[in-house]
Amino acid sequence: MLGMFGATLLLSFREIRRHLLRSFLTTLGIIIGVAAVITMVTLGNGVTASVKEEISSLGSNVFIVFPTGGDRGTPRPFDRDDVDAVSNQIAGVVEAAGSVTAPTTAFNNGQDWSTNVEGVENAYLRAQTIGVAQGRPFTREEETGGRNVCLVGPKVIEAIFVPGASPLGEQLRLDQVSCTVIGVLEERGQGGGGQDADNVVMMPLKTVQRRFTGNDNIQSFVIKYDPAYSSAAIQDSLVELLRERRLLQVGTDNDFNVIDTAQVNQALGAATGALTAMVAVIASISLLVGGIGIMNIMLVSVTERTREIGIRLAIGALAREVRLQFLTEAVVLCCFGGLLGIGLAFLFSWSLAGLIEVPFVFDPTINILSFVFSAAMGILFGYYPARRASKLDPIDALRHE
Amino acid sequence: MSEAPLIELVGITKTFGEGAAAFQALKGVGFTIERGDFVAIMGPSGSGKSTTMNILGCLDVPTAGIFRFRGVEVQSLDRDQRSLLRRKYLGFVFQGFNLLSRTSAIENVELPLLYRGETKKARRVAAMRSLDQVGLGPWADHTPAELSGGQQQRVAIARALVTQPDVLLADEPTGNLDTERSIEIMELLTRLNREGITILMVTHEKEMAAFANTIVHFRDGLVESVERGNLAGHAVAAV
Repeated sequence: MLGMFGATLLLSFREIRRHLLRSFLTTLGIIIGVAAVITMVTLGNGVTASVKEEISSLGSNVFIVFPTGGDRGTPRPFDRDDVDAVSNQIAGVVEAAGSVTAPTTAFNNGQDWSTNVEGVENAYLRAQTIGVAQGRPFTREEETGGRNVCLVGPKVIEAIFVPGASPLGEQLRLDQVSCTVIGVLEERGQGGGGQDADNVVMMPLKTVQRRFTGNDNIQSFVIKYDPAYSSAAIQDSLVELLRERRLLQVGTDNDFNVIDTAQVNQALGAATGALTAMVAVIASISLLVGGIGIMNIMLVSVTERTREIGIRLAIGALAREVRLQFLTEAVVLCCFGGLLGIGLAFLFSWSLAGLIEVPFVFDPTINILSFVFSAAMGILFGYYPARRASKLDPIDALRHE
Repeated sequence: MSEAPLIELVGITKTFGEGAAAFQALKGVGFTIERGDFVAIMGPSGSGKSTTMNILGCLDVPTAGIFRFRGVEVQSLDRDQRSLLRRKYLGFVFQGFNLLSRTSAIENVELPLLYRGETKKARRVAAMRSLDQVGLGPWADHTPAELSGGQQQRVAIARALVTQPDVLLADEPTGNLDTERSIEIMELLTRLNREGITILMVTHEKEMAAFANTIVHFRDGLVESVERGNLAGHAVAAV
């Protein structure tokens, strides 16, 4: 029986090779279908991954609070007291840390570089889980005193510092302000909001307020909470407290925004997942159309080879052997299509992922699934023509011209 | 069992179509064929000789009557059981050769062995032996298009022989060949018959029928007459 099957397999390879162009055109539907499904799912996974990465770069169990226009139009900033109030009055809050950002130009080693200076405190680094790769974070004294010390992002180091030499202790000038480099930040990659999180210089909050922004405002703050507490409950008390502090009347809109990273993560994940599934379903329609193409050509092939079928039946082939032969041919054709489709999908999704700047996430499941599905197409759409071949009357088939 | 004839037809009728359009091709045919016979079936078109051949070849079943082959009542077998009979005991040679085009001679000859599940090596060996038997060993790798009509028919005979069947059924084996090639084929068949294979052949050419030792004449769906005797030597002498 194995010999028979091997021979059948060999026969179908030969038949496909004999009609190479036709076989290729026949399977084109399957090739495109498989390629479309895999590409869509792979890109979808890439988008999901990049969204997740962006969100997780904000830290987990973190709220981000920033002022918005609200009813008044211009955003009203927060101040230090708001941050302290949140930190002290809401149960479950582990850290609350404000930050300000200003654009600046950094000078070192005779070169300049456009970057942002961020005024933060160590609490902010902890809340956002930003590590210091080299050197040390700020001291309490540096924070309260508003000293001219800075933690430099790896992008800035790469851009304007002497390669190979330790930047620690070096003087870095930001616009008119000079600071001593006390540490280098860990690499974080693309940050939330699209900018490069590594292209940054951090100084104590007070220093930036005094030397760059010129006021005591806080542009946004992050809150890290204990995961044992319900994030919804914390968010509710947070909103309530901030509305109170900002003297918002009942019925007016919030003039600030609270972003829960976990929630955003989940929501975006669900959205991109649903989108991926929808696109994959649409793409699988082309797979179905491809299957119908297979059936069409297999029917033509059966008619064309009626005499051959007659000969086979006359020399003693059983109906099921003839059926197996044509079925094998259809399945082999579809499997080829599936493999080519997988190859094409790899090419497509790899280059498209680069183009739309999402990571290329190879998903073995969808590749295997698509291949199995295309083989199943062969069985589904190859069965009818194969059955038709096996039902031929040998006498009529031999007479067929 | 060795006493029983190899093939026995009793009161065979065959009707095609139904009702008013029904056509009775065989109206009660009966004869026997012994092991080692070389039988020629003759008759004008529409006399029922091809229908009889299809029944003898287990490709078709009679409407009524008994067809015993090796003691088995073939008319009561189903399609697959008849396929297995053909596979085991019968070899076919057709008027139009019916070789698979674009497939080499040896692969054509191997084809019946494929359905016996024999190994690639065993198939090769048997097919080569069979091709040698018909004198086509050197042409094993040629496709039918590269062979003459006579050579193609010899490939077809090799294909029929490769399973070492009891019976070789030849339907107008020389119908598409000129006289010289025809005689070559007939001499080949005669030789195979002497080696022990039973041959059933349909023909409408007297010269070809003369190679057989039994001639069954058909007319209007009935057996008109049966000539027996060693006619083969006679034919060879006549050429």
